[in-house]
Amino acid sequence: MRTLAIIIALLLAAPALADSNTPAAYWSDRQLPNPKQEAEAQALMNELRCLVCQGQSIADSDADLAADMRDLVRRRIAAGEKPASIRGWLVQRYGTWISYKPTAEPAAWPLWLAPLALLLIGAFLIRHRVRVGKPS
Amino acid sequence: MSRAVRFAPLAILVLLLAGLVWRLATPADTNVASKLDGKPVPAFVLPAALPNKPTLNSADLASGQPRIVNIFASWCVPCITEVKVLQELKARGVHIDGIAVRDRPEDIADFLAQRGDPYERIGSDAQSRVQIALGSSGVPESFIVDGKGIIRYQHIGPIAETDMPMILGRLEQAK
Repeated sequence: MRTLAIIIALLLAAPALADSNTPAAYWSDRQLPNPKQEAEAQALMNELRCLVCQGQSIADSDADLAADMRDLVRRRIAAGEKPASIRGWLVQRYGTWISYKPTAEPAAWPLWLAPLALLLIGAFLIRHRVRVGKPS
Repeated sequence: MSRAVRFAPLAILVLLLAGLVWRLATPADTNVASKLDGKPVPAFVLPAALPNKPTLNSADLASGQPRIVNIFASWCVPCITEVKVLQELKARGVHIDGIAVRDRPEDIADFLAQRGDPYERIGSDAQSRVQIALGSSGVPESFIVDGKGIIRYQHIGPIAETDMPMILGRLEQAK
């Protein structure tokens, strides 16, 4: 029984092997010595989407690829590259999908117009109610 | 309140549930395609993955003939089944180069010794930099690069036996 349990546990642990054995990239979990640059890197990493854990930012994700992307972001920031340029470089490769920052492209118009539409609907409702409430 | 209005919340709930059930039954495609399809391979230089095999640099790809650039790793399970198909492609005269992601020379050597070696060159991409530069988001992935070094097709996931005719067709188109 115990042997069986151990065998089952080992079989269940197999996915742990389906990952890289190499050490993490140098800057993946290390802060840049310059606090201003680190702040820039952090801000950007929070707005880049992880390709593996697709609901997370690369700052939050534990995936190897996210670690390598954090390394890439910090390295480029340390080399003096602007965050907008790094984001642009990634968008060229993965599309706007990679960035959490909303863009002005047509697909995002409903996002920008929704608050305006909701305000207009609210104003219309209020006007309607107020008029109904008036003594005739 | 009219009857129709009274039932509106229920109707909305049913619609919402139907939508959720539909999305659960047919999950959205989570693959992220590279935007570099149709564009030149970005310039890169990689160290050799193995001491006895030439490395892969972007300059090697504009070779006048279409090639497959396969992004793989010894720790990647689907890569095991894919290698067999790559061997068959190689037997049909297809040129295949490899990029080993986050891998160690001894592991790559073991992997190739056990599963077969379809690669003409293998570069080692220890920090996924070339993988990211290519717009690839995982292993395995394959790019068909034409003779001028332009990316013509990206295959996400392992190339299966049943994908062979399609891959051979894409290679033919890239000539």
